[in-house]
Amino acid sequence: MAAKIEKVSIIISKGSLDGVYPGLIMANGARAEGMEANLFFTFFGLDAVHRARHEHMKIATVGNPGLHLATWAGGLPGVSAVMTHYMERKMDALDIPSIPEFVEMIADTGAGLYACKASADLFGITREDLIEQVKDIITVGEFYDLAAGGEIIFT
Amino acid sequence: MSTVTYAGTEVTVNDEGFFADPQQWLEEMAPMIARQEGIPELTERHWQVIKFMRHEYETKGTGPTVRVLGKTSGVPVKELYQLFPRGPAKVAAKIAGIPKPRGCI
Repeated sequence: MAAKIEKVSIIISKGSLDGVYPGLIMANGARAEGMEANLFFTFFGLDAVHRARHEHMKIATVGNPGLHLATWAGGLPGVSAVMTHYMERKMDALDIPSIPEFVEMIADTGAGLYACKASADLFGITREDLIEQVKDIITVGEFYDLAAGGEIIFT
Repeated sequence: MSTVTYAGTEVTVNDEGFFADPQQWLEEMAPMIARQEGIPELTERHWQVIKFMRHEYETKGTGPTVRVLGKTSGVPVKELYQLFPRGPAKVAAKIAGIPKPRGCI
């Protein structure tokens, strides 16, 4: 059998619902397989660990051809909210946790949650704005130190 | 597939060490499988999870994922990872003699 992956560091850089879930699923799955896992939230991905924002993540309905929705229709007021609600209902039926619940569970699995310093500075976000499960706001250099010896996945 | 001996009885396991036939499993095999998975001793809490895994498999035909275990086994996610550091659903399934649970979340 080929060598096993022992450790992953996953970067979440997108601030949409569909931009955040893949990284969360990969981190949770890595821990379930017994791998060490770190999550690094950068740029708009920071919203996934932002106290006031992590419950309100939306699906991008403009510039998202995968939705098979005309761009002009995607831009109408409320369309993003409706599509997000529809997706959340489907996920709930499949017992996929909401983003806040999922992030909390991933922290409970022992994965490390970190926020990007450059992005926090850029958006004026401080430690108090972030959920308690975030271990620290770190620099890119510190991220590479944490990621040493494992795979890095950018989402 | 290969054959291993647990508690004096030969059983068939797959390449990852999961039982090919859950019917071959006996409770007294569990401590030995656990030691192979780095768990020196099975506590009452370990057994709660192992018995839950067996029960889920017997009633649903598949073992639960970590999320389902955390919600329904009576052992929270944090403790599950303390009990089974190498992956609760995966390792508990192996100790319980059932196939590896398939599920992404």
